[in-house]
Amino acid sequence: MNSFLLEIGTEEIPDWMIPPAINQLAELFQNLLDRNRLGGKVNSVDATPRRLVLRAEGLLDRQQDSEELVLGPPKSAGQGAASGFAKKMGTTPDKLGVETNPKGEYFAFKKLTKGKQTSSILAAELPQLILKIHFPKTMYWNGKGTERFIRPIRWIVASFLNSVVPFEIAGLQSGSATQGHRLLGSNSVPVTIENFEEQLEANGVILSAGNRRKKIEEEIASLLQGKNLRVRPDSALLETLVYITEFPTPILGGFDLQFLELPQEVLVTVMRHHQKYFSVEDANGKLAPNFIAVMNINADPEGLVRRGNERVLRARFNDARFFWQVDQKKKLEDRVADLANVTFQAKLGSYLQKTNRVVALVKQLGGNDAAQRAALLAKCDLTTDMVKEFTDLQGIVGGLYAKAQGESDEVAQAIYDHYKPLSMENEIPATETGRLLSLADKWDTLTSCFAVGMAPTGSKDPFALRRAAQGVVLIVVEGKLKFDFPGADDALREFMRDRIEYYFRDVRGFAYDEVRACMAAGWNNLPDLEQRLKRVQAIRPTPDFERIAASFKRIKNILKQANYAETGATPRQDLLEAGPESELYDEIHRTDGQPLESRIGPLRPKVDLFFDKVLVNAPDETVRHNRLTLLHNLLTEFSEIADFSEIVTDTVGQASRPVSSS
Amino acid sequence: MTPPVPPTFQQTVLSLKQYWSDRGCIIQEPYDLEVGAGTMAPETFLRVLGPKPYRVAYVQPSRRPADGRYGENPNRLYKHQQLQVILKPSPADVIDQYLGSLEAIGIDLRKHDIKFEEDNWEAPTLGAWGVGWQVMLDGLEITQFTYFQQCGGIDLDLVPAELTYGLERIVAFLQNADSVYDIVWTPGVSYSDVRLKDEQQFSVYNFELADVTSLWKHFDLYESECQRLLAMYPKYEDKPRFPILPAYDLVLKCSHLFNLLDSRGAISVTERVGVMARVRKLALAIAETHVGQDGILPPIVNRPSESVR
Repeated sequence: MNSFLLEIGTEEIPDWMIPPAINQLAELFQNLLDRNRLGGKVNSVDATPRRLVLRAEGLLDRQQDSEELVLGPPKSAGQGAASGFAKKMGTTPDKLGVETNPKGEYFAFKKLTKGKQTSSILAAELPQLILKIHFPKTMYWNGKGTERFIRPIRWIVASFLNSVVPFEIAGLQSGSATQGHRLLGSNSVPVTIENFEEQLEANGVILSAGNRRKKIEEEIASLLQGKNLRVRPDSALLETLVYITEFPTPILGGFDLQFLELPQEVLVTVMRHHQKYFSVEDANGKLAPNFIAVMNINADPEGLVRRGNERVLRARFNDARFFWQVDQKKKLEDRVADLANVTFQAKLGSYLQKTNRVVALVKQLGGNDAAQRAALLAKCDLTTDMVKEFTDLQGIVGGLYAKAQGESDEVAQAIYDHYKPLSMENEIPATETGRLLSLADKWDTLTSCFAVGMAPTGSKDPFALRRAAQGVVLIVVEGKLKFDFPGADDALREFMRDRIEYYFRDVRGFAYDEVRACMAAGWNNLPDLEQRLKRVQAIRPTPDFERIAASFKRIKNILKQANYAETGATPRQDLLEAGPESELYDEIHRTDGQPLESRIGPLRPKVDLFFDKVLVNAPDETVRHNRLTLLHNLLTEFSEIADFSEIVTDTVGQASRPVSSS
Repeated sequence: MTPPVPPTFQQTVLSLKQYWSDRGCIIQEPYDLEVGAGTMAPETFLRVLGPKPYRVAYVQPSRRPADGRYGENPNRLYKHQQLQVILKPSPADVIDQYLGSLEAIGIDLRKHDIKFEEDNWEAPTLGAWGVGWQVMLDGLEITQFTYFQQCGGIDLDLVPAELTYGLERIVAFLQNADSVYDIVWTPGVSYSDVRLKDEQQFSVYNFELADVTSLWKHFDLYESECQRLLAMYPKYEDKPRFPILPAYDLVLKCSHLFNLLDSRGAISVTERVGVMARVRKLALAIAETHVGQDGILPPIVNRPSESVR
């Protein structure tokens, strides 16, 4: 098998950008192979912070030959033209053929292009390919106007059939020597395709992310074995550590018991977000005075790294305790005025202004005194040292302080929760008051941003308005709130519509057309919309549903074609024809007031029969109009639940029947 | 075996200066005006501009009035000391050179954990930004490492590496001190002996006593003086003589006054953006003028690096 190896050696790439980068690398390279008819496929892509590695197999030595039919002058142009064409093609006139197409006969030549050496194609294309990998923020390092990449490229290994694929990029020449771990390896390690991974390992680099992950997990398990402790799983942190290390080694550290007096939220945030430590808990799930740090080196024989980390954590916790004590000197309620000095958004003024709006909105939405109190104090923690230092703890700190300062549990819990839900997976606030506050806060952000024209565009959403809107939807649906999007302009309504559709479709898994159908019947009451969706979803598999939905679609078309625009009319009984028309009318009345689910069964055959036997487009204008009214009313009754014409049906048989035309 | 005695504060500073001196850096003294960071000293802000190579290292006491804690917080200071290194252009082995500097101050890297974590630096009032890392040593951030991309709103011709060492943190680490005030500055003298009073008194002034009206007046005066100078440049005959450096000092004055006003809580939300824009406008104009003037000055001859590790 002809193998290829590419290693892009760099300075440390931000961890979160690495997986997308190697996926792109694989895609770009496979595309290069296919486009150049080189055969082969990408076998693997791997990465550490300092290298992006691609391996491919089955490449041809040489590009496949290609054959192209080139049309020349018309045959009628004669031998002179043919000679000229042949010369241009590098051949003789007797090698030309004649090709006939609708325009006539033409001289033609089958031009054979001999495939180039794979290595030279790779050498020509790899520099651009590497620079094509997209990163969110790039830099230049060789001077203005030179190549851009995520961090400086420092070496390149490019090997095909174990020879160097020679090219230059950013002033570097590709070669066959890699670099090991900064401290555990050599900075020049000759490699072959076969021994690449071994050589790296011998130089302190575990190339496979999977192996690094496994090493971390297994060694954490053995660190905690027999200690009656367990790690709190954190897959996002694990991924970060996998891509921030070349040779990860976990160590167990501890902190003074006295710090457990601080709120757990603070301790965990400090460990997780500031120090990238895993938290540890005892068998009862109680936070233990321990942590797990992951080093980027093989061992800590003297305990220096552990002690260093413990010292840093101690300082951080001391800070937190200091912040807590200092912050208590000024109560949340005495900080409301200080919010005038905290910018919400340049065009929208301060958090004091926002607070006033949210208090009013909470009141408008029927919030009680506690809800209004919570709204007044909710943003005050932004002025505390604790939140200035640990911004992730906004809201949570406010809730904890409110409680410590004697606010009611209802107020404290609402403040604590009011940034929730932070994602579609995150839970909504635990209490009714919290849900109302969170809703009002998010809705105020949305309405005021839209009011000054700051709607998200494309991928740009600097104020996380999509997340805010998603939070609104989640709270209103799961909290079963009455909320009709007060004060939304058209743009915001359109925006919310998208988010609602997205939620029911992608998060809740309702079918696309069901969501469309039910939303067409209104979405100003989301809990009601949810109920309707559940009903439609439940009856959808029943045998009569799709057919009646198809009939509704037909009715809608008929009414549209007839320009029927009346509302509130009732069909005149005396104009009904005996048989299918009267029977449909009677069935509608008989089942009137019953739920959709029990009406569909009996109605479906009547509707079918009606369309089979009755000509809607009756010659007599009064009769025709009466029939349209009958159909219109039927449609209207069901349309309160959903616009069934939006349901995608498989109705080849029905649709092929002639529809009355007017 | 007795553990080695950890270096004092001043030994650490001296070792770092020696190390970078050996690698071709000019060793400068701190800039003698109030600045918030070593980046603001002209040795960085102005020298990184333009096509001339430059290497410099200096300690810069950096004043951040709002960070003061009356000397009561073991880790927070109104004024901390940065060791600032500018390598323009950045050499290909810049990270190895940096790691060598840690060994030079007694850190055995085989026994510690070093990580480079993404941290992009930006100073909007200087129109400056770069990408880089915070360097973590056993979980402690010890250095900000930045590849400058823009300064004064101008794309840089040569990309400098800026290394900013947090000296108090590093020395506290080396000495295993839980409070910066316990750091041994030199045998028998603690950091507290040297600097505590400074922290206490400036916290009182910055947070409580600084006169807001006067500060605003000073700000306006420095700003208009700077504007007056900048307006003269286009018609100034003998351009190489033009005092752009004094004009930049006036920007630094404004920047510090802004920080003071901020710590006094005297800048409202609506004003804040506007005042920052005023400082930024001056800084951008200085950068542009400097580049223009520098283009007609004779180049500085930089000592080539002699002993690269």
